[in-house]
Amino acid sequence: MIEPIIEIVDQLDPGKVYQELSHPKSGGVCVFVGAVRDSTEGEEVVSLEFESYQSMALKEMRKIALEAAKKWELNAVVVRHAVGAKEIEEAVVVVGASAPHRDACFQACRYLIDTLKERVPIWKKEYFKNKTVWVSAHP
Amino acid sequence: MEVLLFGIAKDIVGQTLYSLGDSVDGPNSVLELKQHMVQQFPEFGKLSSLAIAVNSEYAADDVSLKQGDEIAIIPPVSGG
Repeated sequence: MIEPIIEIVDQLDPGKVYQELSHPKSGGVCVFVGAVRDSTEGEEVVSLEFESYQSMALKEMRKIALEAAKKWELNAVVVRHAVGAKEIEEAVVVVGASAPHRDACFQACRYLIDTLKERVPIWKKEYFKNKTVWVSAHP
Repeated sequence: MEVLLFGIAKDIVGQTLYSLGDSVDGPNSVLELKQHMVQQFPEFGKLSSLAIAVNSEYAADDVSLKQGDEIAIIPPVSGG
Protein backbone atom coordinates (compact mmCIF):
# COMPACT_ATOMS: atom_id res chain seq x y z
CA MET A 1 0.00 0.00 0.00
CA ILE A 2 1.15 3.55 -0.62
CA GLU A 3 1.62 5.76 2.48
CA PRO A 4 -1.86 6.60 3.83
CA ILE A 5 -2.99 10.22 3.61
CA ILE A 6 -3.85 11.41 7.13
CA GLU A 7 -4.86 15.03 7.68
CA ILE A 8 -6.70 17.44 9.94
CA VAL A 9 -7.73 20.51 7.97
CA ASP A 10 -9.76 23.70 8.39
CA GLN A 11 -11.56 23.35 5.05
CA LEU A 12 -12.36 19.97 3.59
CA ASP A 13 -12.64 19.47 -0.17
CA PRO A 14 -14.28 16.06 -0.76
CA GLY A 15 -13.75 16.50 -4.52
CA LYS A 16 -10.06 15.67 -4.48
CA VAL A 17 -10.28 12.29 -2.77
CA TYR A 18 -10.90 10.28 -5.95
CA GLN A 19 -7.58 11.40 -7.39
CA GLU A 20 -5.84 10.48 -4.14
CA LEU A 21 -7.31 6.97 -4.07
CA SER A 22 -7.08 6.20 -7.76
CA HIS A 23 -4.46 3.50 -8.34
CA PRO A 24 -3.54 1.31 -11.32
CA LYS A 25 -4.12 -1.87 -9.30
CA SER A 26 -7.44 -0.71 -7.82
CA GLY A 27 -10.65 -1.92 -9.41
CA GLY A 28 -12.71 -0.34 -6.64
CA VAL A 29 -12.66 3.00 -4.83
CA CYS A 30 -14.91 3.53 -1.82
CA VAL A 31 -15.42 6.87 -0.08
CA PHE A 32 -17.48 7.95 2.91
CA VAL A 33 -18.19 11.65 3.42
CA GLY A 34 -19.69 12.82 6.70
CA ALA A 35 -21.53 16.14 6.57
CA VAL A 36 -23.36 18.51 8.91
CA ARG A 37 -27.02 17.53 9.34
CA ASP A 38 -29.61 20.21 10.08
CA SER A 39 -31.19 18.45 13.07
CA THR A 40 -30.56 16.06 15.95
CA GLU A 41 -33.47 14.08 17.34
CA GLY A 42 -35.91 16.48 15.73
CA GLU A 43 -34.24 19.61 17.05
CA GLU A 44 -32.90 22.16 14.59
CA VAL A 45 -29.10 22.41 14.50
CA VAL A 46 -27.73 25.81 13.53
CA SER A 47 -24.07 24.86 13.12
CA LEU A 48 -21.33 22.62 14.48
CA GLU A 49 -17.87 23.11 15.82
CA PHE A 50 -15.08 20.52 15.90
CA GLU A 51 -12.08 20.57 18.14
CA SER A 52 -9.18 18.10 18.11
CA TYR A 53 -6.19 17.06 20.17
CA GLN A 54 -4.27 17.28 16.97
CA SER A 55 -1.06 15.34 17.64
CA MET A 56 -2.94 12.41 19.17
CA ALA A 57 -5.77 12.54 16.62
CA LEU A 58 -3.30 12.25 13.72
CA LYS A 59 -1.57 9.34 15.46
CA GLU A 60 -4.87 7.49 16.00
CA MET A 61 -6.05 8.18 12.44
CA ARG A 62 -2.80 6.74 11.10
CA LYS A 63 -3.10 3.65 13.33
CA ILE A 64 -6.64 3.06 12.04
CA ALA A 65 -5.47 3.38 8.42
CA LEU A 66 -2.67 0.87 9.02
CA GLU A 67 -5.05 -1.51 10.83
CA ALA A 68 -7.38 -1.42 7.81
CA ALA A 69 -4.45 -2.10 5.49
CA LYS A 70 -3.59 -5.17 7.58
CA LYS A 71 -7.13 -6.51 7.52
CA TRP A 72 -7.78 -6.00 3.80
CA GLU A 73 -5.71 -5.78 0.65
CA LEU A 74 -5.69 -2.03 0.00
CA ASN A 75 -3.73 0.13 -2.39
CA ALA A 76 -4.52 3.57 -0.97
CA VAL A 77 -6.21 5.00 2.13
CA VAL A 78 -7.33 8.53 3.01
CA VAL A 79 -8.49 9.67 6.48
CA ARG A 80 -9.16 13.40 6.67
CA HIS A 81 -11.15 15.36 9.26
CA ALA A 82 -12.06 19.02 9.42
CA VAL A 83 -11.97 21.20 12.54
CA GLY A 84 -13.44 24.60 13.39
CA ALA A 85 -16.91 26.01 12.77
CA LYS A 86 -19.00 24.14 10.17
CA GLU A 87 -22.30 25.02 8.54
CA ILE A 88 -25.18 22.74 7.48
CA GLU A 89 -24.23 20.47 4.53
CA GLU A 90 -20.50 21.11 4.89
CA ALA A 91 -18.31 18.03 4.67
CA VAL A 92 -16.54 17.37 7.96
CA VAL A 93 -14.90 13.98 7.44
CA VAL A 94 -13.74 12.00 4.41
CA VAL A 95 -12.42 8.46 4.63
CA GLY A 96 -11.76 6.17 1.71
CA ALA A 97 -9.88 3.19 0.45
CA SER A 98 -9.07 1.70 -2.90
CA ALA A 99 -8.50 -1.97 -3.50
CA PRO A 100 -8.25 -4.55 -6.27
CA HIS A 101 -11.83 -5.66 -5.53
CA ARG A 102 -14.88 -3.92 -4.11
CA ASP A 103 -15.47 -6.08 -1.02
CA ALA A 104 -12.20 -4.98 0.54
CA CYS A 105 -12.75 -1.28 -0.07
CA PHE A 106 -16.39 -1.32 1.16
CA GLN A 107 -15.38 -3.07 4.38
CA ALA A 108 -12.29 -0.96 4.89
CA CYS A 109 -14.24 2.26 4.39
CA ARG A 110 -16.78 1.21 7.02
CA TYR A 111 -13.99 0.24 9.42
CA LEU A 112 -12.23 3.58 8.93
CA ILE A 113 -15.25 5.72 9.80
CA ASP A 114 -16.61 3.49 12.59
CA THR A 115 -13.23 3.24 14.33
CA LEU A 116 -12.52 6.94 13.85
CA LYS A 117 -15.77 7.71 15.66
CA GLU A 118 -14.83 5.40 18.54
CA ARG A 119 -11.23 6.39 19.12
CA VAL A 120 -9.99 9.58 17.52
CA PRO A 121 -9.82 12.51 19.97
CA ILE A 122 -12.04 14.93 18.09
CA TRP A 123 -15.05 16.59 19.72
CA LYS A 124 -18.21 17.93 18.15
CA LYS A 125 -20.24 20.72 19.65
CA GLU A 126 -23.77 21.22 18.33
CA TYR A 127 -25.20 24.73 18.31
CA PHE A 128 -28.96 24.79 18.66
CA LYS A 129 -31.05 27.98 18.70
CA ASN A 130 -30.83 28.36 22.45
CA LYS A 131 -28.16 25.96 23.70
CA THR A 132 -24.91 24.21 22.83
CA VAL A 133 -24.15 20.53 23.47
CA TRP A 134 -20.91 18.53 23.36
CA VAL A 135 -22.09 15.44 21.48
CA SER A 136 -21.96 12.10 23.37
CA ALA A 137 -20.51 13.71 26.50
CA HIS A 138 -23.31 12.48 28.76
CA PRO A 139 -25.12 9.13 28.82
CA MET B 1 2.57 18.83 36.10
CA GLU B 2 -0.03 20.12 33.68
CA VAL B 3 -2.99 18.47 32.04
CA LEU B 4 -4.37 19.39 28.61
CA LEU B 5 -8.13 19.84 28.41
CA PHE B 6 -10.39 19.49 25.38
CA GLY B 7 -14.09 19.58 24.55
CA ILE B 8 -16.36 19.38 27.57
CA ALA B 9 -13.34 18.92 29.89
CA LYS B 10 -12.25 22.45 28.97
CA ASP B 11 -15.74 23.77 29.80
CA ILE B 12 -15.88 21.89 33.12
CA VAL B 13 -12.54 23.25 34.34
CA GLY B 14 -12.94 26.62 32.65
CA GLN B 15 -9.46 26.60 31.08
CA THR B 16 -7.41 24.71 28.49
CA LEU B 17 -4.65 23.70 30.90
CA TYR B 18 -5.02 22.40 34.45
CA SER B 19 -2.03 22.56 36.76
CA LEU B 20 -1.51 19.75 39.28
CA GLY B 21 1.32 21.65 40.95
CA ASP B 22 4.53 19.96 42.11
CA SER B 23 3.13 18.51 45.31
CA VAL B 24 4.33 14.99 46.19
CA ASP B 25 0.77 14.00 47.12
CA GLY B 26 -0.41 14.75 43.59
CA PRO B 27 -1.76 11.93 41.42
CA ASN B 28 0.95 9.42 40.46
CA SER B 29 -1.06 7.24 38.11
CA VAL B 30 -3.80 7.51 35.53
CA LEU B 31 -6.32 6.12 38.02
CA GLU B 32 -5.29 8.66 40.67
CA LEU B 33 -5.56 11.48 38.15
CA LYS B 34 -9.10 10.38 37.22
CA GLN B 35 -10.05 10.24 40.89
CA HIS B 36 -8.46 13.65 41.50
CA MET B 37 -10.36 15.25 38.61
CA VAL B 38 -13.70 13.77 39.70
CA GLN B 39 -13.07 14.94 43.26
CA GLN B 40 -12.13 18.47 42.22
CA PHE B 41 -14.78 18.73 39.50
CA PRO B 42 -17.73 16.39 40.18
CA GLU B 43 -19.05 17.04 36.63
CA PHE B 44 -16.38 14.62 35.37
CA GLY B 45 -18.21 11.85 37.20
CA LYS B 46 -21.31 12.45 35.09
CA LEU B 47 -19.65 11.91 31.69
CA SER B 48 -20.29 8.80 29.58
CA SER B 49 -16.59 7.96 29.86
CA LEU B 50 -13.33 9.49 31.00
CA ALA B 51 -10.00 8.53 29.44
CA ILE B 52 -6.48 9.83 29.96
CA ALA B 53 -3.80 10.10 27.31
CA VAL B 54 -0.13 10.01 28.25
CA ASN B 55 2.24 11.21 25.53
CA SER B 56 -0.63 11.19 23.05
CA GLU B 57 -1.59 7.53 23.58
CA TYR B 58 -4.59 6.20 25.51
CA ALA B 59 -3.26 5.09 28.91
CA ALA B 60 -4.60 2.32 31.18
CA ASP B 61 -5.41 3.09 34.83
CA ASP B 62 -2.15 1.59 36.13
CA VAL B 63 0.16 3.73 33.98
CA SER B 64 2.29 5.98 36.19
CA LEU B 65 2.67 9.68 35.52
CA LYS B 66 6.16 11.16 35.29
CA GLN B 67 7.49 14.70 35.12
CA GLY B 68 7.67 15.80 31.51
CA ASP B 69 4.85 13.51 30.32
CA GLU B 70 2.26 15.17 28.10
CA ILE B 71 -0.99 14.36 29.88
CA ALA B 72 -4.48 15.01 28.51
CA ILE B 73 -8.03 14.39 29.64
CA ILE B 74 -10.01 12.68 26.89
CA PRO B 75 -13.76 13.11 27.44
CA PRO B 76 -16.12 11.05 25.22
CA VAL B 77 -15.02 11.57 21.62
CA SER B 78 -17.51 12.59 18.92
CA GLY B 79 -15.67 13.05 15.65
CA GLY B 80 -17.07 12.05 12.28
